[in-house]
Amino acid sequence: MKRNLGPAYVAPQALWLTIFFAAPLLIIVAYSFLRKGLYGGVETSFSIQAWADIANPTLLKVTLKTLWVSLAATIIIILLALPCGYSIARSKNQALRLFLVIVPFWTNFLVRIYAWISILGNEGFVNQALRFLGLKAEGFQFLYNQGAVVFVLVYMYLPYAILPLFSTIDKFDFTLLEAARDLGSTRMQSYTKVMLPNIKGGVITAVLFTFIPIFGAYAVPLLIGGKDSYMLGNVIADQLTKTRNWPLASAISMSMTLLTAIAVFLFAFKKPKEQQAVKDIDPLSLPNGKTIGFFHRGPGQGKKKTSGKGVA
Amino acid sequence: MKGSDVTVSNVSKSFGGFTALKDVSLEIKKGEFYSLLGPSGCGKTTLLRAIAGFEDPDSGTILIDGSDVSGLSPDKRHCNTVFQSYALFPHLTVFENVAFPLRIKKTPTRLIKELVMKHLSLVQLEGHAEKKPSQLSGGQKQRVAIARALINEPSVLLLDEPLSALDAKLRQHMLMELDSIHDKVGITFIYVTHDQQEALSVSDRIAVMNAGLVLQVGSPQQIYENPATEFVARFIGETNIFRGKVLSRKGTLNVIEVESFGQLLVDDETPVEVGDTIVVTIRPEKIRISNDEPSGDELNAVRGVVEEPVYSGFQTKYIVRVEGGGRLTTFRQHANWSEGIPDIEWKDEVFLSFSARDLVIVEKSPG
Repeated sequence: MKRNLGPAYVAPQALWLTIFFAAPLLIIVAYSFLRKGLYGGVETSFSIQAWADIANPTLLKVTLKTLWVSLAATIIIILLALPCGYSIARSKNQALRLFLVIVPFWTNFLVRIYAWISILGNEGFVNQALRFLGLKAEGFQFLYNQGAVVFVLVYMYLPYAILPLFSTIDKFDFTLLEAARDLGSTRMQSYTKVMLPNIKGGVITAVLFTFIPIFGAYAVPLLIGGKDSYMLGNVIADQLTKTRNWPLASAISMSMTLLTAIAVFLFAFKKPKEQQAVKDIDPLSLPNGKTIGFFHRGPGQGKKKTSGKGVA
Repeated sequence: MKGSDVTVSNVSKSFGGFTALKDVSLEIKKGEFYSLLGPSGCGKTTLLRAIAGFEDPDSGTILIDGSDVSGLSPDKRHCNTVFQSYALFPHLTVFENVAFPLRIKKTPTRLIKELVMKHLSLVQLEGHAEKKPSQLSGGQKQRVAIARALINEPSVLLLDEPLSALDAKLRQHMLMELDSIHDKVGITFIYVTHDQQEALSVSDRIAVMNAGLVLQVGSPQQIYENPATEFVARFIGETNIFRGKVLSRKGTLNVIEVESFGQLLVDDETPVEVGDTIVVTIRPEKIRISNDEPSGDELNAVRGVVEEPVYSGFQTKYIVRVEGGGRLTTFRQHANWSEGIPDIEWKDEVFLSFSARDLVIVEKSPG
């Protein structure tokens, strides 16, 4: 007798996800609708106070700043990772280069942040070297500002973008670049008009792999940033440990999750729909002389596509 | 005549230790269908890529219409390429693939539509404009690649083994279509192939290449009937090769002694001396096979036993072991008139006869 064991196979994952993902998420949702306890924790009475507290200008400012920092870091990462992934894909010793990209992962995340502190700190390696050379006795203040946060975030998350970009570029047919050159495009046009649209999937993956964790960054702004570089992750941690307002911390967490989810949907799932729309229009099926509309739209679509790439 | 003439002079190119082109010189005329034919690795694709601008020759010059194109990037040259792998842009529709060069040039959209549809109809793909390349068959992809390469109205079209990915039947069909497109657009076609049948059937002229060298340039007939070297003779079609010593020479008629064949008469204008070692060749279809002792003006006749008959429908190929021990290949067509003639079968004793005029001297070295 053959039995359908499908549900049985799924059970372990389902159980795992329920216990460690769905349940905690529901607990956070529940906490956000409860009254704040006196010394942390919650009281078991319903309240929407936390959600009302969210609408405060300071929090909005931090949210916008977090978005801005994440966006800047993501854009810099993609701009660095594209040529990097390209050169790894075209190199003869891919294995060695990939190995070098992965090496930093062998060191703990926090240790690597502290490494940057010892490199860029006021008494750090760079400043000591400058002092030794007699260049600037008082040294530079590299750390504890917005720029330093973006810089270290870029360093931390660069490999997460290089790897997916490398694997898509590696599958890319480089004859297409030659074809584009042959058909009259400049080297730059061959990258933007032919290569980029064809590695779109990798770019989207790279953006998701970097933007989402950076948006929730906590350790980097805490250790590298100054008073002005607080990000949402730090606000949540403060609400939890210092202010001890657990419902508010939960509410902010949930809104962040929602915000990220919306952003991901808008970014990753908008494109295919656009393509669908192009496909549906068949200029040959239109009656004579009525094709102008389509061709007015034609270049417009092209522009929309390239501007989409620009964001990536 | 439209199109450009292409002059390749003394072009050499090597990659690392490998020499792809050795001092190659060619003159391709306006509007010609010119084939570069040779086995893989002979340098034909490198030469094509040098003309397209993808490779810089180490030395030598390439002139298109008399002006030196060295240093010009591919987008600045008046030639377009049909790639072996088609190289269609997978993210664009057929229409947009063909329109690509025009969009780069910022041609007005109305004109783009007109030109693209004109070129799609040239390759009979009007109905497929909105499909993606992944939805097309191999032959259709090939047509899109041709239309896309032609839309910029290049003066030279470079084709890099364009039919090698198609199956045999379709290849024949596309070949004829290419020929008719060539007739319609009238520009210079430079066609790279390793398939001698393809080259013979469509080319105005063929350059046979091997190991980075051009061995012979000529019309298909010249290449087939009068191969310049043993390599050309062996590479183009099937052939029989004899290596022998010249015993005597009277006018153009030589008597040569060939090991395991005996004495053969060779009528060829190539001047040779008595005592020279020469290589002569004869095409199998020029050798007559029969059960009866031949009579008439055939000058060479050998007796042998059919070692292997290979039937292929329209003809049978016979490999015959001759009395001296050598082997000869011959074809016999299955035409209506041969019905009365008894079939020749395996192990039959046969006579092979061939005219001294059909033997061609392809190589000679002083004995």
